[in-house]
Amino acid sequence: MNAQDALVEYLLRLGDNALILGHRLSEWCGHSPALEEDLALSNVALDLIGQTQLWLNLAGEVEGRGRDADKLAYLRDARDFRNVLLVEQPNGDFAATMARQFYFDAWHYLLLHGLTGSTDPRIAEIAAKGLKEVTYHLERSQEWVLRLGDGTEESHRRMQSAVDDLWMYTGELFEGDEVDQVMVRDGIGPDPATLHEPWLGLVRATIEEATLTLPQPGWAQKGGKRGIHSEHLGYILADLQFLQRAYPNATW
Amino acid sequence: MTDKKEWPLWEVFIRSQHGLAHRHVGSLHAPDAEMAIMNARDVYTRRNEGVSIWVVKASDIAASSPGDKGPLFDPANSKVYRHPTFYEIPEELGHM
Amino acid sequence: MYAQMVKTGVEHIRSKDEMSPEERAFQDRIDADIKIEPKEWMPEAYRKTLIRQISQHAHSEIIGMQPEGNWITRAPTLERKAILLAKVQDEAGHGLYLYCAAETLGVSRDELLEQLNSGKAKYSSIFNYPTLTWADIGAIGWLVDGAAIMNQVPLQRCSYGPYSRAMIRICKEESFHQRQGYDAMTKLARGTPEQKQMAQDALNRWWWPSLMMFGPSDADSVHSAQSMRWKIKINSNDELRQKFVDQTVPQAEYLGLTVPDPDLKWNAERGHYDFGAIDWDEFYQVIAGNGPCNRQRLRTRVKAYEEGQWVRDAADAYAAKKAARAQVKAA
Repeated sequence: MNAQDALVEYLLRLGDNALILGHRLSEWCGHSPALEEDLALSNVALDLIGQTQLWLNLAGEVEGRGRDADKLAYLRDARDFRNVLLVEQPNGDFAATMARQFYFDAWHYLLLHGLTGSTDPRIAEIAAKGLKEVTYHLERSQEWVLRLGDGTEESHRRMQSAVDDLWMYTGELFEGDEVDQVMVRDGIGPDPATLHEPWLGLVRATIEEATLTLPQPGWAQKGGKRGIHSEHLGYILADLQFLQRAYPNATW
Repeated sequence: MTDKKEWPLWEVFIRSQHGLAHRHVGSLHAPDAEMAIMNARDVYTRRNEGVSIWVVKASDIAASSPGDKGPLFDPANSKVYRHPTFYEIPEELGHM
Repeated sequence: MYAQMVKTGVEHIRSKDEMSPEERAFQDRIDADIKIEPKEWMPEAYRKTLIRQISQHAHSEIIGMQPEGNWITRAPTLERKAILLAKVQDEAGHGLYLYCAAETLGVSRDELLEQLNSGKAKYSSIFNYPTLTWADIGAIGWLVDGAAIMNQVPLQRCSYGPYSRAMIRICKEESFHQRQGYDAMTKLARGTPEQKQMAQDALNRWWWPSLMMFGPSDADSVHSAQSMRWKIKINSNDELRQKFVDQTVPQAEYLGLTVPDPDLKWNAERGHYDFGAIDWDEFYQVIAGNGPCNRQRLRTRVKAYEEGQWVRDAADAYAAKKAARAQVKAA
């Protein structure tokens, strides 16, 4: 795989993670447990949509085929999406949303931290901007895991089952492939495997403080990074892409 | 559903970019101080309004009573000598 | 408007001679444009009317999140998605500011939400109409927010301090809403034939409900007269409606769209547009719960509230445990 193809692929992964998770969070707007939370979740979603634009525009630029962030977001089919499986999982109850968010934020934080030292200054710059946002996302999802884990009996039960259910989607975050090898070789991004230990440290500390039990290592679901997704992604795209597909070549 | 107690009310104070004192901007509900600060950030600084946040539980604020307005504030009306405009400075001295 | 037909509980407007000394002093302060603040003496009817009006306004913001929220996941570009999400988020914020303003009058947010969820409290008729196409998002920003601003700008000067301050904050944020709506409509009106048709169709469906937002004529209403005396209502419904029509018709013409009213025409003598009769039967049906989406809107709200209960309880329980732990530590 040549360096340029690998870089495009890598940027698509970064952009698609932000896009799909931002989309999922935007589904909460107007349906969350309190008005304050509607505002807060929307802020996280807006940060992620902003990051999507930056990553996907850069992906289009590196690719050099005239595709910008909108073309990439709205005119690719599911098999061409490169997000991890974790972010496309349904919102479920508030505990499931927060467990998904916490697992992702902890990883996202470490990843962006690594990317701020990228040899590619464009990537380092986007990562630095994103890191500030994600530092807050992580703080917020951590606080919620604590409150739900160490709250009432019901919230504890729901939170435990959420962290258990989503656990199998976290393995993919640390799995490297030939794209990652090129990124490591060229000093563009960190080796995903090196993020695992600090991630586990962060996750374990919060989960234990929340009086929850850390799930046992087990079988990891993977494929998102290569375009093999869960059934959920197709429906997300049916929503997301509806207008662009129904009215091709219109501007909005 | 009304037998449930709701999250307490917090008053939010924000210091803007320009180094002025914290100013009361509004209120919100939150279960505790940490969440109140985060909620204040999300509710009241969406448009770049602040660099520092204070939150105070509304029930912890001691306030002057509106009925005391006369005795508390009217006496200051007669202390005109506290204001710089009370004093006449010769014009040729310029600004003082 | 966001608060339509607010009752004051008053049957006739009392002259100053008929008032108690306290009430006379209160009315004098209002006449002198001095703001009334939360713990000051106020007539019970003023307090109750304000609670009704502010909470109706807040409920409208919260229910209003649904018709627009309906298109967040389907917005046609990343930028439009961000704009729409930020706008619906602002509405949550506006609802929040307003509930807090109402709370200064001695009612809790939960009590107000209970009134909304049980169907006892009203909210604006406009949000009981469905958003069927993307153009409806543009039309809501342009027409509905445009109509709301007509009412909200003067309310910044209203007599109750916390309400006035909430309004100032809301108006500051709201001006972006109408502009983004018109901007979205402009793109459609200048777009493909299908897009233009979508824009016209949205105007056709939203025009009359937007005029209804101002409520029926209140020229002879004792409630309106009382509210105006208290300076919690600044203009009459007909006055605001006329202003809205006069402002909006040229904007529609600029877009090349046709206002769906055959009787609409400029009246040079009055210096205003004349417009056709509004179907008030429809309005009263929608207010009574029979609009296309009343049940759906309320059910969605109740569901969110009920499903959020365990989350709110958990946060409360955690706060209590943490406080207890801190106390043990301190001891």
